[in-house]
Amino acid sequence: MIDYHALAPAAVLGLTVVAALVVDLVVRRKVWVAVVSLVGLFGAFVPLLTLAFCEPLLGCASTTRELFGGSYVVDGYALVLGAVFLATAFVAVLLSVDYIESDRYYEGEYFFLLLAAALGGVVMASARDFVTLIVALELVSGPGFLLAGWRKADERSNEAALKFFISGVLALALLVFGVSLVYGLTGTQLFAELAAVDPDVAELPLFSLGLLFVLVGFGFKVSAVPFHFWTPDTYQGAPTPVTAWLAVGSKTAGFVGLLSVVFLAFPQLRHVWGPMVWVVAAASMIVGNVVAIKQDHIVRLLGYSSIAHAGFILAPIAAMAGAPAEALPLAFYAAVAYLLVYAVMNLGAFGVAVAGIAKVGSGKLSSWRGLFRHSPSLAVMMAIFFFSLAGIPPLAGWFAKLAMFQAAVGADNPWGLSIAVVAVLNSVVAIYYYAKPVVAAFFEEAPAELQLAEAGAASSPAMRLALGLAVVGVLVLGVVPGVVAVLGRYTTSLLTLGG
Amino acid sequence: MTLTPGWFMAVAAVLFALGGAGVLLRRNALVMFMSIELMLNAVNLSFVATSKALGLVEGQVASLFVIVVAAAEVTVGLAIIVAIFHRRPSADVDELTELHG
Repeated sequence: MIDYHALAPAAVLGLTVVAALVVDLVVRRKVWVAVVSLVGLFGAFVPLLTLAFCEPLLGCASTTRELFGGSYVVDGYALVLGAVFLATAFVAVLLSVDYIESDRYYEGEYFFLLLAAALGGVVMASARDFVTLIVALELVSGPGFLLAGWRKADERSNEAALKFFISGVLALALLVFGVSLVYGLTGTQLFAELAAVDPDVAELPLFSLGLLFVLVGFGFKVSAVPFHFWTPDTYQGAPTPVTAWLAVGSKTAGFVGLLSVVFLAFPQLRHVWGPMVWVVAAASMIVGNVVAIKQDHIVRLLGYSSIAHAGFILAPIAAMAGAPAEALPLAFYAAVAYLLVYAVMNLGAFGVAVAGIAKVGSGKLSSWRGLFRHSPSLAVMMAIFFFSLAGIPPLAGWFAKLAMFQAAVGADNPWGLSIAVVAVLNSVVAIYYYAKPVVAAFFEEAPAELQLAEAGAASSPAMRLALGLAVVGVLVLGVVPGVVAVLGRYTTSLLTLGG
Repeated sequence: MTLTPGWFMAVAAVLFALGGAGVLLRRNALVMFMSIELMLNAVNLSFVATSKALGLVEGQVASLFVIVVAAAEVTVGLAIIVAIFHRRPSADVDELTELHG
């Protein structure tokens, strides 16, 4: 007996994916494909809500539902992160409408690919065994490769797609090889059974090697140093709305998989993965922030910033290296809270990048000087999102950093304290490179040769709605961080059984 | 000498390492991609060998999933590489330097 209610969010989204293709076939004006996509994404929210409030409203026994022998689980974690993927795809579609409309590569399949990737994210949040996880991860990545190369005759877009593809498939190969080693030693791929595996088997060097391969695979997906080399090039070469999806949706999918694997499948092996994650987290923060300082292109700046943020999200996980089992839920909560805030503020920042490039005609920061003089609202939003990324209250970013520090220091061991010190130093460096372009946009003169675009994509209704949603999100989550805290705590319920 | 699953695992490891070396050393996008396919097939061999040794079927099912995912990746990858061949005479990754990175 299949629990169709639990499958409904993915099923609605899956039907929307098909509907987008069919509508593309019959309508002449392709903007209707975007409308269908938005309606479908909104429709998928409804079953998410009925599942979340199932206990009080419909009298269900429990919010947690297990399907297919525990391979696919719908619980607080799956619901909250599923909502993040739907919301991210919603904003990404809004950001794309005018960009794609004004581009000569316009096809309805664009939205089909974006929706398919969002479906991968929703499945990823529910995946509780390695096979489901791999299929979900590739459902997110495959459309991403094609979207990055969307501008077929543009060599930079080709290059972006090829670099993303080669590193993405290499990551897949490493990850799956690691899974095959773990499976060979334990005979199971189910996270719940792996968590209860015989400690003698788990201590074998081959088992640690398998775990290392899995972590390296995820390292590519979340673009953590030293597996980040494709990130700035792919982000810059891909169409900017696609970059918004890759930096938020695709990266969140990688983190969701990583969190499931380390906290659900291998919580008892934190002395093995903790130090590995520590090195990657520290390297990501340092390299991301230091290299971001000298970037002169806004998308590359945000690309290196997203590498640095990957380090911040990994910090509470790294702190688990020497922590007791009781510390796990707090670190899990911190990583999820950071992911939620990261999604909102980066969608906003990339939205500003899309609108600004449409307005001033270039991503070079030199042509963004004096933005406040000719586009004051865009400059104000740029300041809001950049200062949020820097972690300045009362914008959302500060709460994510606070939760991260609390978990790292609260783990009460040398690994946690040292990663917290690295994070503090990097937060200071980050303020410099976020503030510099904002100051230039407000207080410097616009370059004389600047050709401003007339209205168009920079101020279309869809773009206004997308940026408006992100601004409200950053302000609300910053002023009322309780929202993030409640959602974050809701997701940790799945850890009460493990340990 | 009998062929134990350990031998198949050894072959899988060698294939995987060969594929990895191919990705790192070769500069033609098509050959790099073929090397990654070799790595994925090493994974399939490893899955099937361990599955046989353990007397379980899940590993063989997993290898079917990997084959399907790899096939999907082939279509995506060839589409990207064909798009590049449309623009330039070779798919040498060292010539792809439009983006400074």
